Amino acid sequence: MTFDLFLLQFFTGLALGSIFVLVALGLSLIFGLLTVVNFAHGQFYMLGAYAGAFVLAWTGSFWIAFLVVPLLVGAIGMLCERVLVRPLYGRGIDYPLLLTFGLGLMLLDGVSMIAGTEGVPFDTPAGLTGAVNLGLFYFPKYRLFLIVVTALLLIALWLFLEKTSYGLIIRAGALDSEIVQILGVNISRIWLVVFGIGIGIAGLAGLLAAPMRGVFPEMGIPVLVEAFVVTVVGGMGSLVGAVVAGLLVGVTYSFTAFYFPQMAQLSMFILMGVVLVLCPRGLFGRAGVLG
Amino acid sequence: MNSPVDPARLSISVPAAAPVRTRLKGLVEISTEHRVVLALAFLVIFPWFAPYEALAVNILVFGLFAVGYNLIYGYTGMLSFGHAALFGLGAYGAGIPIAKFGWHVLPALGLGILVAGAGAAMIGWFATRTRGIYFAMVTLAAAQVVYYIAFQWVAMTGGEDGLRGVNVGVVNLLGLHLNLLDPRTKYYAILLVVGLALWAFSRILQSPFGAVLEAVRENERRAAACGYNVRRVRLLAFTLSGLFSGLAGALYGIHLSVVPIETLHYFTSATVLMMTLLGGMGTFFGPFVGAFTYLLLADVVTVITVHWQLFVGGLFVFLILFFPRGIWGSLMHWAER
Repeated sequence: MTFDLFLLQFFTGLALGSIFVLVALGLSLIFGLLTVVNFAHGQFYMLGAYAGAFVLAWTGSFWIAFLVVPLLVGAIGMLCERVLVRPLYGRGIDYPLLLTFGLGLMLLDGVSMIAGTEGVPFDTPAGLTGAVNLGLFYFPKYRLFLIVVTALLLIALWLFLEKTSYGLIIRAGALDSEIVQILGVNISRIWLVVFGIGIGIAGLAGLLAAPMRGVFPEMGIPVLVEAFVVTVVGGMGSLVGAVVAGLLVGVTYSFTAFYFPQMAQLSMFILMGVVLVLCPRGLFGRAGVLG
Repeated sequence: MNSPVDPARLSISVPAAAPVRTRLKGLVEISTEHRVVLALAFLVIFPWFAPYEALAVNILVFGLFAVGYNLIYGYTGMLSFGHAALFGLGAYGAGIPIAKFGWHVLPALGLGILVAGAGAAMIGWFATRTRGIYFAMVTLAAAQVVYYIAFQWVAMTGGEDGLRGVNVGVVNLLGLHLNLLDPRTKYYAILLVVGLALWAFSRILQSPFGAVLEAVRENERRAAACGYNVRRVRLLAFTLSGLFSGLAGALYGIHLSVVPIETLHYFTSATVLMMTLLGGMGTFFGPFVGAFTYLLLADVVTVITVHWQLFVGGLFVFLILFFPRGIWGSLMHWAER
């Protein structure tokens, strides 16, 4: 393998990993603060892709979809948190998990009822087709866009969490929600917002993945499993872990797909097995979130 | 569940109500003591009022699967999202020797159980390194691995089309010729196997090991302090659960005479979890009640609409929000109060 081919595979892996990062990030954010494992996360990702396809068909602009979809899906997520998940806080970790699983089934079947089971077409946006010369190799413009958007979003999220007072409350809430509540913060509103942010990012990931991976009702199922693998590898509740592990899984997938195509689907599970044997908590996992 | 009590009635009829309660408690005790006999008595007369035999066999098979699942979720408190792999390994493990090598049904059943048990031991070895939520994720991921392997190994498993030709027909059992093409004979043959499995399951629950399982569920640290190797207990429970699930899967393949790839799909894991929840986890009869209710409901709903997942999902949400003990669990709770 020549060096430029190596770089091409590496960047392809990063683009794929970006999707994993976005999905796992929302999952990890929600778990870190609410201790809810959102089994409907993949279905919100699917919802994002469908919402994107509809906005695109309606307005003809990918950029409007790019702005509207995260807000729309995030709002749906907040509604679900308020109505369905909230009554379950304090009743153990299994119940929200099972509830979101049921919610996911409803979303999956609801979408295929409205939009059909075959899926809808989703073309690469007009300004992002073709390839761009990165010096050593040509790289699809859309994938580069995907990597850049993910990087910008990560920076924005980091600034929000680390540099704003709202982010401070969120971080404090993840450490000890009871104390935060005693200090006079309305914690349930924080939870609502964080759930919305996590779901909104999942919706955005679905929209961004749509030109690469297609739009169909079951698209959320493999991505949920992939996000779980990323979360196990990176460590539950760790945002840094989600980013590092997401990119790692993406790159592993990309290289395996190049050398042993039939092993590509399995590669991430093998990676997960290795990580589990070496450090059961994941690469960046905290103690105490397991039980 | 809190049943509303009329205070006026309560003040007058306390002495009269007490014997009723005692009698109910007695009934519960008797039903616990003779649980295997009771379950079998019901299942023996069941085909006479089931809509059709195939559904009755489905209820048997999924009832057994849910019983096996309950061992891990209800009794040991580990939420597994990968039991489809164990069910499917049993189905393929018994189906492939029958379809490809013309084995007799009994050794094939045995092989199916063994394959599922070995698979459970392997998955469990990884998964029991983790706890709680991680356990659910790791088992789900492991089940996907099995799914992909079966999907791609077309020569053995038939891939996407499923494994065809798991035909049993007439079985020679110690000189007794059983025609498994006759639905009722098939039901009773499968019932015999399920009955034996239920008896074994009941023995496991009664054994000291069964008590250790519940101890691990209730207080892991204390169980560890009592000298139990918690991880090994969990691994053993998962493997045992795999044996029961694998037997259910093997019977399922023989019942359908094909093994659809969907047996390995993660929806199968969800279905068995759903049945266990619906009936009441951690109770002996609950999983059967759940499988029975679920399959009857699904049977009715699929006649009305193809969008039965919407219905199943809604039922899931409803159960979790309002009815977390399940049908049998709520009944038991009410009777024991």
